[in-house]
Amino acid sequence: MGLRGDAAIVGIAELKPERKPEGPFKLGIEQYAGLAKMALDDAGIPASAVNGIVSSTSLREASMFIPATIAEYLGAQVNFAEVVDLGGAIAAGMAWRAAAAIELGAADVVVCAIPGMPGPTPPNAPPPNPGMGFGASSNAYGSPQAEFDIPFGNIAQNNGYAMIAQRYAAEFGYDGRAMAKIAADQRTNACANPEAWFHGQPITIDDVLESPMIADPLHLLEIVMPVSGGGAFVVASREWAEQSKHRPAYITGFGERLDLKTPTYARDMVHTPVGPASKQAFAMAGVDHGAIDAAEIYDCYTITAMLTLEDAGFCGKGEGAQFVNEHDLTYAGDFPMNTHGGQLSFGQAGLAGGLSQVVEGARQIMGRGGDRQVAKADTIYVSGTGGVMSEQAALILQGA
Amino acid sequence: MEKPYPVPTPTSQPFWDALREHKLKLQRCNECEALIYYPRANCTQCLSDDFEWEELSGEGTLYTYTVARRPTHPAFADEVPQLIIVVELDEGVRLTSTLVNGGEDDLEIGMRLKPVFQDVPDHDVTMLRYEPA
Repeated sequence: MGLRGDAAIVGIAELKPERKPEGPFKLGIEQYAGLAKMALDDAGIPASAVNGIVSSTSLREASMFIPATIAEYLGAQVNFAEVVDLGGAIAAGMAWRAAAAIELGAADVVVCAIPGMPGPTPPNAPPPNPGMGFGASSNAYGSPQAEFDIPFGNIAQNNGYAMIAQRYAAEFGYDGRAMAKIAADQRTNACANPEAWFHGQPITIDDVLESPMIADPLHLLEIVMPVSGGGAFVVASREWAEQSKHRPAYITGFGERLDLKTPTYARDMVHTPVGPASKQAFAMAGVDHGAIDAAEIYDCYTITAMLTLEDAGFCGKGEGAQFVNEHDLTYAGDFPMNTHGGQLSFGQAGLAGGLSQVVEGARQIMGRGGDRQVAKADTIYVSGTGGVMSEQAALILQGA
Repeated sequence: MEKPYPVPTPTSQPFWDALREHKLKLQRCNECEALIYYPRANCTQCLSDDFEWEELSGEGTLYTYTVARRPTHPAFADEVPQLIIVVELDEGVRLTSTLVNGGEDDLEIGMRLKPVFQDVPDHDVTMLRYEPA
């Protein structure tokens, strides 16, 4: 069961995060096309070879017929078209779907791009959807969030993650300094990544703990920084991968799990879906945790990363803080994690936030990590998290 | 800015009607006997659409909480710091609410809670909030 490992990420592209877009306004389809070109050029694969496209849900110009709109705009004729709606897990979800399509013979070269540049909205554009504006919660009529959560102020994302952390504290105890160390170690990584939003701004554990409390127990510096950006990657067959410019990052294992939108209704708020997703990914790839050279773990909040360390099996349940305290999570450390700085320090460009983890995993395998390149990068774990620990995916990437 | 309030659906109407009478009624599945929250057209255990509305005491324990020190949305700016809670009813289901008649220092996971039926006449709705028991 599962992938054979015959499809690889062969090209990557990522825009440098900006607090607000500084260049001219770009439509979603324009962003998609530009990112696709960057990633294909990176791989050295011609546009004419593209026969699969995967989109996120964030195309501004269309809420339906998204792949057809993109194919027409690109001038592409595709045999495989997908829209992946998994929030922060979109990129990981794109990667395995593209790999599966390639292994089935449905496509050879699949572009996965996520525009992450929000605006500005031109003066003559219609107003945004009135059901939105409540973070990642839907206030549309009949939405369970609109009826049973938004009226109490339980609006994604901060409060949901804070309540998961608070419940975790009650069940397992809470080491605030360990949580802060995740943010501080990742900032060290960002300081070795000139593309990161927080490049050149190191922080200490005390800086994190002294930053304002936003939603107990989460401090400001434990919460992701929204930026403008976006990125793309190209997944290709082994035949194309062997001709591409860089060392391919083969997708050898994946898992995906989702069962809720709002954590109030979770069967167990502190055992998260990335657990079963990761178990499947490791088993499919046939590797154990000791083989992982770096972990690119979705980190919208410090608690997200800590729960993923535990539930993905890098340590036992309730041992996450001890694990963080006992390991150096920097690119030079004994457990390199979020070598690009993570979204906490690289920045989160909307739905492209989780793409930063997929792209960084591939980049490390390609040996293009620059100052933050880990010494050995043959096998990398990647996770994606959408909603409030509600839709999660895991990948194992391996160099040949 | 106007606060968002619930808009009942045909399926959830009996739940909101009961709250207006200061009662908590949830659906119990006639096939598998599961109690479910929030109201749905089908059971989350067996997908049956055969339910009875059952009146509950509404009492429960604090499962988790946060103190939102920044407004989660501009509409809630006047409530900061907002005490957002998840209540586990004695019958096992969990729901989202806010703590009233208590402060952040009162919050302790596992504490007993009892319902407060807060009428909001302008929106023709009664909100199920909670206070320390």
